[in-house]
Amino acid sequence: MLDLYGQKLSSRLLLGTALYPSPAVMAEAVKASGTEIVTVSLRRETSGGKSGGQFWSLVQSLGVRVLPNTAGCHSVSEAVTTARMAREVFGTNWIKLEVIGNHDTLQPDVFGLVEAARILASEGFEVFPYTTDDLVVAERLLDAGCKLLMPWCAPIGSARGPQNLDALRSLRGHFPDIPLIVDAGIGRPSHAAAVMELGYDAVLLNTAIAKAGDPVAMAAAFGKAVEAGREAYCAGLLEPRDMAVPSTPVIGMAAFS
Amino acid sequence: MKVLIRGAGVAGLTLAHELATRGADVTVVEQRMEIAGNASWQAGGMLAPWCERESAEETVLTLGRGAADWWDAALPGHVSRRGTLVLAPARDAGELDRFGQRTSGIKQLGASEIAALEPALAGRFTRGLFFAEEAHLDPRKALLALSDKLRGMGARLEFGGSSAHAISDIEVDCTGIADRRPELRGVRGEMLILRTDEISLARPVRLLHPRIPVYVVPREQNLFMVGATMIECDTAGPITARSAMELLSAAYALHPAFGEAELVETGVGVRPAFADNLPRVERDGRKIRINGLYRHGFLLAPAMARQAADMILGNPAAKDVALEANR
Repeated sequence: MLDLYGQKLSSRLLLGTALYPSPAVMAEAVKASGTEIVTVSLRRETSGGKSGGQFWSLVQSLGVRVLPNTAGCHSVSEAVTTARMAREVFGTNWIKLEVIGNHDTLQPDVFGLVEAARILASEGFEVFPYTTDDLVVAERLLDAGCKLLMPWCAPIGSARGPQNLDALRSLRGHFPDIPLIVDAGIGRPSHAAAVMELGYDAVLLNTAIAKAGDPVAMAAAFGKAVEAGREAYCAGLLEPRDMAVPSTPVIGMAAFS
Repeated sequence: MKVLIRGAGVAGLTLAHELATRGADVTVVEQRMEIAGNASWQAGGMLAPWCERESAEETVLTLGRGAADWWDAALPGHVSRRGTLVLAPARDAGELDRFGQRTSGIKQLGASEIAALEPALAGRFTRGLFFAEEAHLDPRKALLALSDKLRGMGARLEFGGSSAHAISDIEVDCTGIADRRPELRGVRGEMLILRTDEISLARPVRLLHPRIPVYVVPREQNLFMVGATMIECDTAGPITARSAMELLSAAYALHPAFGEAELVETGVGVRPAFADNLPRVERDGRKIRINGLYRHGFLLAPAMARQAADMILGNPAAKDVALEANR
């Protein structure tokens, strides 16, 4: 079972709640995916928690855990303030920490991220840091008090899929006991299965489902792909080899007769 | 048949027109002192069901495709049928493919065809989509003209009053987000109006962007409406700096002349929406409600008005329409 800050979860898919054709479709997609955690943006979806009552109560009615995020924050102080507000509004210590460093690529500002993670961890937050696949940054985040890591596999919403499998493999190899969640860049179920086959613990995505032709059907497809990738990893994958090996026994065949 | 309609937004006024045309005795009561300022007042006025289909369900296309004809019949001269142009900056050209895959009724355009449609944009975009069947109107002019026409037809429009005294056979609530019901949520929309004589456009232009899609709708007197944000929130406070910045930078990306334009107005409206983002006509005895028009007020109000008028006046074909509308 997946264990995130002491919470045991059976689904290894985390879902964002933005960009769907309607909240009703979003709710259906959440059900179809089997996810147990959804992320909610305090800023864009609930207007700083000032109101946004209806959307928030719909999310609550889904019966899944909420992981508030600091999407859209470009500085440490913004992210920290947003996280504190999210704790009040959503009543949870969980925070998906995003500190955006580049407006164009939405690449995380890893320096600000480490700083914000240290502040929030010292205040008792359980931080889910959205980071790059950089190994050294990952170490700094763990030093700062994060107990899990959420590396991207490609820029947010780009649907490009894993751009650097070696880096993802290296992270997995270096941190065998830290929950690793691929956050951002997944475009297709095959991408999700591919990173799960590397031994990643979970996948977080939004756009690939929300902007699909049929988000509910796509949510189900991703649910299956994540499960398939995990089961394949646990089953032990066959490493590729250069030579063909027959899968049918040759001994006893009526060959060359 | 005496009908009392609460709310003089696009839902209330289209219903009033539909009922008055069919011979009903109509009174419209509006809490505000004037029409200006409601959510419909801030609308883009695009009658663009194929473009909307990109992010909305099929129902929006089914119900919305007759809207331009309805407005044309009700207010001759108000509807401009010049289609919708959809563009994307060169770097985001992939967005055009994605947009095109989600809807229909498209013609693919190259640079020369874009220049022929909108000379002001010549040389700025190499690819675009054209939705030739789509139309638009100026929502403010349309609302004012509709209320004038209603008065001429003998309907009563009362502003700034509750009119609890009004005697009616049927009461219809068309108050939008003011009808505070738990199923209804507000989706805040921010827009701005620019004025410049350095550029002219013949039709609404949508600029696709992965994060900030916007549209620019030309209006009379060198005005351009730029909209609109979609924020899950029901507060109607002033536009935020971020939203204004995003809308302005998108307009500037469409054409640098907008950088020199005067910013004559910013507006905020709260769209009423149900969880499925589709409108409903609901009846409870003598009370009817039309609500949840979301971002499709001018596009879907005619279909909702017909449906409600059928319900009130007993059109035998009403059942089919209602079933279709409710999927």
